[in-house]
Amino acid sequence: MRDVAIVNYKQTPATRDSLATNELQMLQSVIQGVIKESGVELSDMDFVCSGSCDYLAGAAFAFVEAIEAVGPFPPIKESHVEMDGAWALYEAVLKIRTGEADSALIYGFGKSSPGDLRSVLSLQLDPYYLAPLWLDTISAAALQAAQCLDKGVLSEADMAAVVSRSRANAKSVAGTQLSGDYSIEELLAEPTFVSPLRMHDCAPITDGASVMIIATPEKARQWCDTPVVISGLDNRIESSMPTLRDLTVSRSTETAGKAAGVGSKPVEFAELHAPFSHQEILLQKALGLDASVDINPSGGALAANTMMAAGLDRIGHAAKMIQSGRYTRGVAHATSGSCLQHNLVAVLEAVS
Amino acid sequence: MAEKKDPNAERVNIMYAPVNLDYRFTASDHTSRFLESIRNGQFIGSQVSEGAPVYVPPRPVCPETGLPAERLVELPDTGKVHWYTIVHIPIPDNPIKPPFVVANILLDGADITFLHLISGCDNDDIDIGMRVKAVWKPEAERTHSPANIHFFAPIDKADALAEELAKEA
Repeated sequence: MRDVAIVNYKQTPATRDSLATNELQMLQSVIQGVIKESGVELSDMDFVCSGSCDYLAGAAFAFVEAIEAVGPFPPIKESHVEMDGAWALYEAVLKIRTGEADSALIYGFGKSSPGDLRSVLSLQLDPYYLAPLWLDTISAAALQAAQCLDKGVLSEADMAAVVSRSRANAKSVAGTQLSGDYSIEELLAEPTFVSPLRMHDCAPITDGASVMIIATPEKARQWCDTPVVISGLDNRIESSMPTLRDLTVSRSTETAGKAAGVGSKPVEFAELHAPFSHQEILLQKALGLDASVDINPSGGALAANTMMAAGLDRIGHAAKMIQSGRYTRGVAHATSGSCLQHNLVAVLEAVS
Repeated sequence: MAEKKDPNAERVNIMYAPVNLDYRFTASDHTSRFLESIRNGQFIGSQVSEGAPVYVPPRPVCPETGLPAERLVELPDTGKVHWYTIVHIPIPDNPIKPPFVVANILLDGADITFLHLISGCDNDDIDIGMRVKAVWKPEAERTHSPANIHFFAPIDKADALAEELAKEA
Protein backbone atom coordinates (compact mmCIF):
# COMPACT_ATOMS: atom_id res chain seq x y z
CA MET A 1 0.00 0.00 0.00
CA ARG A 2 1.05 3.55 -0.63
CA ASP A 3 2.57 5.79 2.04
CA VAL A 4 0.85 8.95 3.20
CA ALA A 5 2.56 12.19 4.24
CA ILE A 6 1.42 15.29 6.09
CA VAL A 7 1.95 18.47 4.06
CA ASN A 8 0.67 21.16 6.40
CA TYR A 9 -1.48 21.82 9.44
CA LYS A 10 -3.02 24.94 10.97
CA GLN A 11 -5.39 25.79 13.82
CA THR A 12 -7.34 28.86 14.86
CA PRO A 13 -6.28 30.56 18.08
CA ALA A 14 -7.98 28.66 20.94
CA THR A 15 -10.60 30.76 22.73
CA ARG A 16 -13.05 30.09 25.55
CA ASP A 17 -15.86 31.71 23.55
CA SER A 18 -15.68 32.73 19.90
CA LEU A 19 -18.88 34.82 20.41
CA ALA A 20 -20.61 35.72 17.13
CA THR A 21 -17.92 34.04 15.03
CA ASN A 22 -19.53 30.77 14.03
CA GLU A 23 -18.04 27.38 13.11
CA LEU A 24 -18.12 28.11 9.40
CA GLN A 25 -16.25 31.39 9.81
CA MET A 26 -13.58 29.84 12.05
CA LEU A 27 -13.05 27.12 9.48
CA GLN A 28 -13.08 29.48 6.53
CA SER A 29 -10.20 31.53 7.89
CA VAL A 30 -8.04 28.55 8.84
CA ILE A 31 -8.73 26.62 5.60
CA GLN A 32 -7.81 29.64 3.45
CA GLY A 33 -4.76 30.09 5.68
CA VAL A 34 -3.45 26.55 5.18
CA ILE A 35 -4.24 26.60 1.44
CA LYS A 36 -2.35 29.87 0.88
CA GLU A 37 0.56 28.83 3.09
CA SER A 38 0.93 25.57 1.14
CA GLY A 39 0.66 27.28 -2.25
CA VAL A 40 -2.19 24.97 -3.34
CA GLU A 41 -5.83 25.41 -4.36
CA LEU A 42 -8.92 23.86 -2.80
CA SER A 43 -9.52 22.20 -6.17
CA ASP A 44 -6.18 20.34 -5.76
CA MET A 45 -7.74 18.29 -2.96
CA ASP A 46 -9.01 14.92 -4.22
CA PHE A 47 -10.91 14.25 -1.01
CA VAL A 48 -12.23 16.24 1.94
CA CYS A 49 -13.02 14.66 5.30
CA SER A 50 -14.22 16.35 8.49
CA GLY A 51 -14.88 15.55 12.13
CA SER A 52 -17.38 17.33 14.38
CA CYS A 53 -20.25 16.69 16.79
CA ASP A 54 -23.76 18.05 16.19
CA TYR A 55 -24.54 17.92 19.92
CA LEU A 56 -22.07 20.78 20.47
CA ALA A 57 -24.17 23.11 18.31
CA GLY A 58 -27.39 21.46 19.49
CA ALA A 59 -28.70 21.12 15.94
CA ALA A 60 -29.11 18.09 13.72
CA PHE A 61 -26.87 18.16 10.64
CA ALA A 62 -25.00 21.19 11.99
CA PHE A 63 -21.88 19.78 10.31
CA VAL A 64 -23.40 20.40 6.87
CA GLU A 65 -23.29 24.17 7.41
CA ALA A 66 -19.53 24.04 7.77
CA ILE A 67 -18.87 22.39 4.42
CA GLU A 68 -19.15 25.71 2.54
CA ALA A 69 -15.68 26.60 3.81
CA VAL A 70 -14.16 24.14 1.31
CA GLY A 71 -16.11 25.51 -1.70
CA PRO A 72 -18.16 22.34 -2.30
CA PHE A 73 -19.81 23.53 -5.53
CA PRO A 74 -19.51 22.07 -8.14
CA PRO A 75 -19.79 18.87 -6.06
CA ILE A 76 -16.65 17.43 -4.43
CA LYS A 77 -15.76 14.06 -2.91
CA GLU A 78 -16.40 14.53 0.76
CA SER A 79 -17.11 12.62 3.96
CA HIS A 80 -17.71 13.33 7.63
CA VAL A 81 -17.25 11.48 10.90
CA GLU A 82 -19.18 12.32 14.06
CA MET A 83 -15.85 12.07 15.88
CA ASP A 84 -12.59 13.90 16.38
CA GLY A 85 -10.87 15.04 13.17
CA ALA A 86 -8.17 12.41 13.89
CA TRP A 87 -10.66 9.80 12.69
CA ALA A 88 -11.42 11.92 9.62
CA LEU A 89 -7.67 11.74 8.99
CA TYR A 90 -7.88 7.96 9.39
CA GLU A 91 -10.57 7.75 6.69
CA ALA A 92 -8.59 10.05 4.38
CA VAL A 93 -5.41 7.99 4.89
CA LEU A 94 -7.33 4.87 3.81
CA LYS A 95 -8.54 6.70 0.69
CA ILE A 96 -4.96 7.53 -0.28
CA ARG A 97 -3.54 4.13 0.65
CA THR A 98 -6.12 2.37 -1.49
CA GLY A 99 -5.41 4.66 -4.43
CA GLU A 100 -8.81 6.41 -4.41
CA ALA A 101 -7.16 9.80 -3.87
CA ASP A 102 -3.70 11.36 -4.05
CA SER A 103 -4.43 14.23 -1.68
CA ALA A 104 -6.90 15.16 1.03
CA LEU A 105 -7.92 18.05 3.22
CA ILE A 106 -9.01 17.16 6.75
CA TYR A 107 -10.68 19.43 9.25
CA GLY A 108 -12.08 19.19 12.75
CA PHE A 109 -14.00 21.89 14.58
CA GLY A 110 -15.95 22.52 17.73
CA LYS A 111 -17.73 25.48 19.24
CA SER A 112 -18.40 24.20 22.75
CA SER A 113 -19.31 27.54 24.31
CA PRO A 114 -23.09 27.56 23.56
CA GLY A 115 -23.91 24.55 25.78
CA ASP A 116 -22.92 23.00 29.09
CA LEU A 117 -20.13 20.81 27.71
CA ARG A 118 -20.02 18.38 30.65
CA SER A 119 -23.69 17.52 30.16
CA VAL A 120 -23.59 17.63 26.36
CA LEU A 121 -20.81 15.04 26.33
CA SER A 122 -22.74 12.71 28.62
CA LEU A 123 -24.82 11.92 25.54
CA GLN A 124 -21.85 10.01 24.13
CA LEU A 125 -22.50 7.35 26.76
CA ASP A 126 -24.65 4.30 26.03
CA PRO A 127 -28.26 5.51 25.81
CA TYR A 128 -29.89 2.87 28.07
CA TYR A 129 -27.84 2.59 31.23
CA LEU A 130 -25.48 5.53 31.54
CA ALA A 131 -26.78 8.49 29.52
CA PRO A 132 -30.10 8.61 31.48
CA LEU A 133 -28.01 9.06 34.64
CA TRP A 134 -26.39 12.16 33.09
CA LEU A 135 -22.97 10.96 34.17
CA ASP A 136 -20.95 13.96 33.02
CA THR A 137 -17.45 13.81 31.55
CA ILE A 138 -15.65 15.32 34.50
CA SER A 139 -17.37 13.07 37.05
CA ALA A 140 -16.56 9.99 34.94
CA ALA A 141 -12.92 11.05 34.70
CA ALA A 142 -12.87 11.74 38.45
CA LEU A 143 -14.04 8.17 39.12
CA GLN A 144 -11.23 6.93 36.87
CA ALA A 145 -8.66 9.12 38.64
CA ALA A 146 -9.91 7.91 42.04
CA GLN A 147 -9.42 4.28 40.95
CA CYS A 148 -5.89 5.07 39.76
CA LEU A 149 -5.04 6.75 43.07
CA ASP A 150 -6.59 3.94 45.13
CA LYS A 151 -4.61 1.33 43.22
CA GLY A 152 -1.42 3.36 43.54
CA VAL A 153 -1.00 3.60 39.75
CA LEU A 154 -0.22 7.29 40.16
CA SER A 155 -0.23 10.04 42.77
CA GLU A 156 -1.77 13.51 42.97
CA ALA A 157 1.76 14.89 42.71
CA ASP A 158 2.23 12.96 39.45
CA MET A 159 -0.94 14.56 38.11
CA ALA A 160 0.21 18.03 39.17
CA ALA A 161 3.56 17.40 37.45
CA VAL A 162 1.69 16.70 34.19
CA VAL A 163 -0.17 20.01 34.50
CA SER A 164 2.96 21.95 35.42
CA ARG A 165 4.84 20.64 32.35
CA SER A 166 1.83 21.12 30.05
CA ARG A 167 1.41 24.77 30.98
CA ALA A 168 5.17 25.43 30.76
CA ASN A 169 5.42 23.81 27.31
CA ALA A 170 2.36 25.73 26.10
CA LYS A 171 4.24 29.01 26.63
CA SER A 172 6.00 28.46 23.31
CA VAL A 173 2.75 27.77 21.41
CA ALA A 174 1.04 30.81 19.87
CA GLY A 175 -2.72 31.07 20.30
CA THR A 176 -3.07 28.49 23.06
CA GLN A 177 -5.41 28.93 25.98
CA LEU A 178 -3.62 28.01 29.22
CA SER A 179 0.11 28.45 29.73
CA GLY A 180 2.56 29.67 32.34
CA ASP A 181 4.83 28.59 35.16
CA TYR A 182 3.14 26.69 37.98
CA SER A 183 5.02 24.65 40.56
CA ILE A 184 3.74 21.26 41.68
CA GLU A 185 3.34 22.62 45.23
CA GLU A 186 1.29 25.55 43.97
CA LEU A 187 -1.01 23.25 41.99
CA LEU A 188 -1.48 20.81 44.87
CA ALA A 189 -2.49 23.70 47.13
CA GLU A 190 -5.54 24.37 44.91
CA PRO A 191 -8.90 23.02 46.12
CA THR A 192 -10.44 19.98 44.44
CA PHE A 193 -13.10 20.61 41.78
CA VAL A 194 -14.68 17.17 41.31
CA SER A 195 -12.66 15.11 43.78
CA PRO A 196 -9.95 13.98 43.30
CA LEU A 197 -9.63 16.27 40.24
CA ARG A 198 -8.63 19.88 40.65
CA MET A 199 -9.76 22.41 38.04
CA HIS A 200 -6.31 22.34 36.41
CA ASP A 201 -6.46 18.54 36.00
CA CYS A 202 -9.29 19.08 33.50
CA ALA A 203 -8.82 20.38 29.96
CA PRO A 204 -10.22 23.86 29.31
CA ILE A 205 -13.36 24.45 27.22
CA THR A 206 -12.29 25.72 23.83
CA ASP A 207 -13.82 27.05 20.62
CA GLY A 208 -11.74 26.48 17.51
CA ALA A 209 -11.03 24.69 14.26
CA SER A 210 -8.07 22.82 12.76
CA VAL A 211 -7.10 21.83 9.23
CA MET A 212 -4.56 19.41 7.77
CA ILE A 213 -3.43 18.61 4.25
CA ILE A 214 -2.11 15.12 3.46
CA ALA A 215 -0.94 13.55 0.20
CA THR A 216 1.09 10.78 -1.33
CA PRO A 217 4.81 11.34 -0.55
CA GLU A 218 5.44 12.28 -4.23
CA LYS A 219 2.74 14.93 -4.23
CA ALA A 220 3.66 16.09 -0.72
CA ARG A 221 7.23 16.75 -1.89
CA GLN A 222 5.90 19.02 -4.63
CA TRP A 223 3.90 21.00 -2.09
CA CYS A 224 6.39 21.29 0.76
CA ASP A 225 10.09 20.84 1.52
CA THR A 226 9.58 18.75 4.63
CA PRO A 227 6.73 16.26 4.33
CA VAL A 228 6.17 14.08 7.40
CA VAL A 229 5.35 10.44 6.71
CA ILE A 230 2.63 8.67 8.71
CA SER A 231 4.53 5.41 9.11
CA GLY A 232 1.96 3.77 11.38
CA LEU A 233 -1.71 4.37 12.13
CA ASP A 234 -4.13 2.25 14.13
CA ASN A 235 -7.21 2.72 16.28
CA ARG A 236 -8.89 0.43 18.83
CA ILE A 237 -12.05 0.71 20.90
CA GLU A 238 -13.11 -0.76 24.25
CA SER A 239 -16.50 -1.48 25.81
CA SER A 240 -18.91 1.43 26.13
CA MET A 241 -19.52 0.26 29.70
CA PRO A 242 -16.76 1.69 31.92
CA THR A 243 -17.52 -0.88 34.62
CA LEU A 244 -16.48 -3.68 32.25
CA ARG A 245 -13.04 -2.15 31.77
CA ASP A 246 -9.98 -1.78 33.96
CA LEU A 247 -9.91 2.02 33.95
CA THR A 248 -6.43 2.16 35.45
CA VAL A 249 -4.82 1.04 32.18
CA SER A 250 -5.53 1.84 28.54
CA ARG A 251 -5.58 -1.49 26.73
CA SER A 252 -6.88 -0.10 23.45
CA THR A 253 -4.02 2.43 23.35
CA GLU A 254 -1.52 -0.33 24.06
CA THR A 255 -2.90 -2.51 21.24
CA ALA A 256 -3.11 0.40 18.80
CA GLY A 257 0.43 1.47 19.69
CA LYS A 258 1.82 -1.98 18.97
CA ALA A 259 -0.10 -2.25 15.71
CA ALA A 260 1.15 1.18 14.63
CA GLY A 261 4.75 0.14 15.33
CA VAL A 262 5.48 2.69 18.06
CA GLY A 263 8.35 0.65 19.57
CA SER A 264 9.97 -0.49 16.32
CA LYS A 265 12.40 2.45 16.46
CA PRO A 266 13.27 4.96 19.21
CA VAL A 267 10.56 7.50 20.01
CA GLU A 268 11.82 11.07 20.61
CA PHE A 269 8.54 12.71 21.61
CA ALA A 270 4.82 12.09 21.94
CA GLU A 271 1.73 14.26 21.58
CA LEU A 272 -0.91 12.58 23.75
CA HIS A 273 -4.57 13.57 23.72
CA ALA A 274 -5.33 13.46 27.44
CA PRO A 275 -8.22 15.73 28.44
CA PHE A 276 -7.43 14.91 32.11
CA SER A 277 -3.99 14.93 33.71
CA HIS A 278 -4.12 11.36 35.06
CA GLN A 279 -5.00 10.04 31.59
CA GLU A 280 -1.70 11.31 30.19
CA ILE A 281 0.14 9.04 32.64
CA LEU A 282 -2.02 6.04 31.63
CA LEU A 283 -1.35 6.73 27.95
CA GLN A 284 2.39 7.12 28.50
CA LYS A 285 2.47 3.71 30.17
CA ALA A 286 0.24 2.08 27.54
CA LEU A 287 2.59 3.23 24.79
CA GLY A 288 5.70 2.17 26.70
CA LEU A 289 7.20 5.67 26.65
CA ASP A 290 10.05 6.08 29.14
CA ALA A 291 11.40 9.22 30.80
CA SER A 292 13.63 10.02 27.81
CA VAL A 293 10.56 10.76 25.66
CA ASP A 294 9.35 14.39 25.57
CA ILE A 295 5.63 14.37 26.32
CA ASN A 296 3.29 16.97 24.87
CA PRO A 297 5.77 19.66 23.80
CA SER A 298 2.69 21.59 22.56
CA GLY A 299 1.12 21.56 26.03
CA GLY A 300 -1.47 19.01 24.91
CA ALA A 301 -5.21 19.09 25.54
CA LEU A 302 -4.68 20.58 29.03
CA ALA A 303 -3.52 23.79 27.29
CA ALA A 304 -6.29 23.94 24.65
CA ASN A 305 -8.99 21.37 23.98
CA THR A 306 -11.14 22.10 20.94
CA MET A 307 -13.70 19.30 20.94
CA MET A 308 -13.50 17.18 17.77
CA ALA A 309 -10.17 18.81 16.84
CA ALA A 310 -7.87 18.24 19.83
CA GLY A 311 -6.92 14.75 18.59
CA LEU A 312 -6.17 16.02 15.10
CA ASP A 313 -4.25 18.84 16.80
CA ARG A 314 -1.93 16.33 18.46
CA ILE A 315 -1.05 14.85 15.07
CA GLY A 316 -0.78 18.32 13.54
CA HIS A 317 1.49 19.67 16.28
CA ALA A 318 3.65 16.54 16.07
CA ALA A 319 4.00 16.99 12.29
CA LYS A 320 4.90 20.67 12.70
CA MET A 321 7.57 19.82 15.29
CA ILE A 322 9.16 17.31 12.94
CA GLN A 323 8.96 19.85 10.10
CA SER A 324 10.73 22.41 12.28
CA GLY A 325 13.66 20.00 12.68
CA ARG A 326 13.26 19.69 16.45
CA TYR A 327 12.51 15.96 16.21
CA THR A 328 12.72 13.20 13.59
CA ARG A 329 10.33 10.55 14.95
CA GLY A 330 7.35 10.79 17.26
CA VAL A 331 4.01 9.41 18.32
CA ALA A 332 0.68 11.22 18.17
CA HIS A 333 -2.47 9.99 19.90
CA ALA A 334 -6.16 10.87 19.83
CA THR A 335 -8.92 9.75 22.16
CA SER A 336 -12.69 9.64 21.94
CA GLY A 337 -15.49 8.69 24.30
CA SER A 338 -15.56 8.42 28.08
CA CYS A 339 -12.44 7.58 30.15
CA LEU A 340 -10.19 6.82 27.16
CA GLN A 341 -12.67 4.43 25.53
CA HIS A 342 -11.45 4.74 21.94
CA ASN A 343 -7.86 5.49 20.99
CA LEU A 344 -5.94 6.22 17.82
CA VAL A 345 -2.16 6.10 17.56
CA ALA A 346 -0.08 7.54 14.72
CA VAL A 347 3.67 7.25 14.24
CA LEU A 348 5.19 10.20 12.38
CA GLU A 349 8.64 10.32 10.82
CA ALA A 350 10.70 12.87 8.94
CA VAL A 351 11.44 11.90 5.36
CA SER A 352 15.14 10.99 5.27
CA MET B 1 -27.60 -9.67 47.54
CA ALA B 2 -29.49 -9.73 44.29
CA GLU B 3 -33.27 -9.87 44.64
CA LYS B 4 -34.98 -12.94 43.38
CA LYS B 5 -36.49 -12.41 39.95
CA ASP B 6 -40.27 -12.10 40.09
CA PRO B 7 -41.66 -14.46 37.43
CA ASN B 8 -44.84 -12.39 37.25
CA ALA B 9 -43.01 -9.08 36.74
CA GLU B 10 -44.00 -7.18 33.65
CA ARG B 11 -41.38 -7.08 30.95
CA VAL B 12 -39.91 -3.66 30.22
CA ASN B 13 -40.42 -2.95 26.55
CA ILE B 14 -40.13 0.81 26.50
CA MET B 15 -38.06 3.21 28.57
CA TYR B 16 -38.37 6.97 28.54
CA ALA B 17 -35.15 8.97 28.80
CA PRO B 18 -35.94 12.60 28.02
CA VAL B 19 -33.00 14.71 26.92
CA ASN B 20 -33.10 18.43 27.63
CA LEU B 21 -30.11 20.65 27.05
CA ASP B 22 -29.97 24.44 27.07
CA TYR B 23 -27.91 26.24 24.45
CA ARG B 24 -27.05 29.90 24.23
CA PHE B 25 -27.24 30.39 20.46
CA THR B 26 -25.44 33.39 18.99
CA ALA B 27 -26.48 34.50 15.52
CA SER B 28 -23.56 35.26 13.24
CA ASP B 29 -22.94 38.79 12.04
CA HIS B 30 -24.61 38.14 8.67
CA THR B 31 -27.65 36.45 10.22
CA SER B 32 -28.05 39.29 12.73
CA ARG B 33 -28.01 41.85 9.94
CA PHE B 34 -30.47 39.81 7.88
CA LEU B 35 -32.92 39.50 10.77
CA GLU B 36 -32.53 43.22 11.48
CA SER B 37 -33.19 44.07 7.84
CA ILE B 38 -36.30 41.91 7.44
CA ARG B 39 -37.70 43.54 10.53
CA ASN B 40 -37.49 46.71 8.45
CA GLY B 41 -39.14 45.04 5.46
CA GLN B 42 -35.95 44.77 3.43
CA PHE B 43 -34.13 41.72 2.01
CA ILE B 44 -30.35 41.64 2.00
CA GLY B 45 -27.96 39.20 0.42
CA SER B 46 -24.20 38.65 0.44
CA GLN B 47 -21.53 38.15 -2.19
CA VAL B 48 -17.73 37.82 -2.36
CA SER B 49 -17.36 40.89 -4.61
CA GLU B 50 -19.37 42.98 -7.07
CA GLY B 51 -20.68 40.76 -9.86
CA ALA B 52 -20.24 37.53 -7.87
CA PRO B 53 -23.26 35.32 -7.04
CA VAL B 54 -25.64 36.84 -4.48
CA TYR B 55 -26.85 34.62 -1.64
CA VAL B 56 -30.04 35.31 0.30
CA PRO B 57 -30.27 34.94 3.27
CA PRO B 58 -26.67 36.21 3.35
CA ARG B 59 -24.08 33.48 3.90
CA PRO B 60 -20.72 34.26 5.46
CA VAL B 61 -18.86 32.08 2.96
CA CYS B 62 -19.31 31.52 -0.78
CA PRO B 63 -19.85 27.78 -1.41
CA GLU B 64 -18.31 28.01 -4.89
CA THR B 65 -14.99 29.46 -3.77
CA GLY B 66 -14.79 29.07 0.01
CA LEU B 67 -14.04 32.81 0.20
CA PRO B 68 -15.70 35.21 2.67
CA ALA B 69 -18.90 36.72 1.21
CA GLU B 70 -18.57 39.96 3.11
CA ARG B 71 -20.26 42.33 0.64
CA LEU B 72 -23.89 42.90 1.67
CA VAL B 73 -26.40 44.02 -0.98
CA GLU B 74 -30.01 45.17 -0.69
CA LEU B 75 -32.50 43.18 -2.74
CA PRO B 76 -36.07 43.97 -3.86
CA ASP B 77 -39.00 41.99 -2.45
CA THR B 78 -40.01 40.79 -5.91
CA GLY B 79 -38.98 37.63 -7.74
CA LYS B 80 -40.29 34.58 -9.54
CA VAL B 81 -41.51 31.10 -8.71
CA HIS B 82 -38.83 28.55 -9.48
CA TRP B 83 -40.98 25.58 -8.60
CA TYR B 84 -43.88 24.98 -6.24
CA THR B 85 -45.89 22.26 -4.60
CA ILE B 86 -49.50 22.21 -3.39
CA VAL B 87 -49.60 20.70 0.09
CA HIS B 88 -52.73 18.67 0.81
CA ILE B 89 -51.63 16.90 3.99
CA PRO B 90 -52.03 18.84 7.25
CA ILE B 91 -48.85 19.33 9.29
CA PRO B 92 -49.41 18.75 13.04
CA ASP B 93 -49.50 21.99 15.06
CA ASN B 94 -49.16 24.09 11.91
CA PRO B 95 -51.77 26.88 11.83
CA ILE B 96 -51.80 26.90 8.01
CA LYS B 97 -54.64 24.71 6.77
CA PRO B 98 -54.21 22.72 3.53
CA PRO B 99 -54.36 22.98 0.63
CA PHE B 100 -51.59 25.61 0.57
CA VAL B 101 -48.71 26.35 -1.75
CA VAL B 102 -45.02 26.19 -0.88
CA ALA B 103 -42.73 27.64 -3.52
CA ASN B 104 -39.04 28.00 -4.15
CA ILE B 105 -38.65 31.69 -4.91
CA LEU B 106 -35.77 33.41 -6.69
CA LEU B 107 -35.62 37.08 -5.72
CA ASP B 108 -34.68 39.55 -8.45
CA GLY B 109 -30.93 40.03 -8.27
CA ALA B 110 -30.32 36.87 -6.22
CA ASP B 111 -28.59 33.68 -7.35
CA ILE B 112 -30.16 31.28 -4.89
CA THR B 113 -33.77 30.40 -4.12
CA PHE B 114 -35.50 30.07 -0.77
CA LEU B 115 -38.80 28.51 0.34
CA HIS B 116 -41.87 30.54 1.20
CA LEU B 117 -45.65 30.46 0.84
CA ILE B 118 -47.65 31.65 -2.19
CA SER B 119 -51.14 33.02 -1.71
CA GLY B 120 -53.43 35.73 -3.01
CA CYS B 121 -54.64 33.72 -5.99
CA ASP B 122 -56.29 30.40 -6.83
CA ASN B 123 -53.87 27.54 -6.28
CA ASP B 124 -54.69 26.34 -9.79
CA ASP B 125 -53.47 29.62 -11.29
CA ILE B 126 -49.94 29.34 -9.93
CA ASP B 127 -47.33 28.70 -12.56
CA ILE B 128 -43.58 28.19 -12.72
CA GLY B 129 -41.89 31.44 -13.63
CA MET B 130 -44.75 33.54 -12.26
CA ARG B 131 -43.73 36.97 -10.90
CA VAL B 132 -44.41 37.39 -7.17
CA LYS B 133 -44.00 40.07 -4.48
CA ALA B 134 -43.72 39.75 -0.70
CA VAL B 135 -46.79 40.68 1.36
CA TRP B 136 -45.35 42.01 4.64
CA LYS B 137 -46.99 42.12 8.03
CA PRO B 138 -47.80 45.64 9.27
CA GLU B 139 -44.64 47.28 10.63
CA ALA B 140 -45.86 47.23 14.23
CA GLU B 141 -46.25 43.42 14.14
CA ARG B 142 -42.84 42.64 12.65
CA THR B 143 -40.16 40.82 14.62
CA HIS B 144 -36.73 39.40 13.77
CA SER B 145 -38.31 36.60 11.74
CA PRO B 146 -38.98 35.45 8.17
CA ALA B 147 -42.61 35.18 9.39
CA ASN B 148 -42.70 38.97 8.84
CA ILE B 149 -43.69 38.01 5.32
CA HIS B 150 -47.25 36.64 5.26
CA PHE B 151 -46.66 35.10 1.85
CA PHE B 152 -45.66 36.01 -1.68
CA ALA B 153 -48.51 37.09 -3.99
CA PRO B 154 -48.60 37.06 -7.80
CA ILE B 155 -47.99 40.40 -9.51
CA ASP B 156 -47.67 39.23 -13.12
CA LYS B 157 -47.83 36.12 -15.26
CA ALA B 158 -44.83 33.95 -15.98
CA ASP B 159 -42.00 35.79 -17.76
CA ALA B 160 -39.75 32.75 -18.16
CA LEU B 161 -40.25 29.20 -19.28
CA ALA B 162 -39.70 26.34 -16.87
CA GLU B 163 -36.89 25.06 -19.12
CA GLU B 164 -35.00 28.35 -18.88
CA LEU B 165 -35.36 28.42 -15.11
CA ALA B 166 -34.03 24.89 -14.89
CA LYS B 167 -30.88 26.07 -16.65
CA GLU B 168 -30.49 29.09 -14.36
CA ALA B 169 -30.78 27.12 -11.15
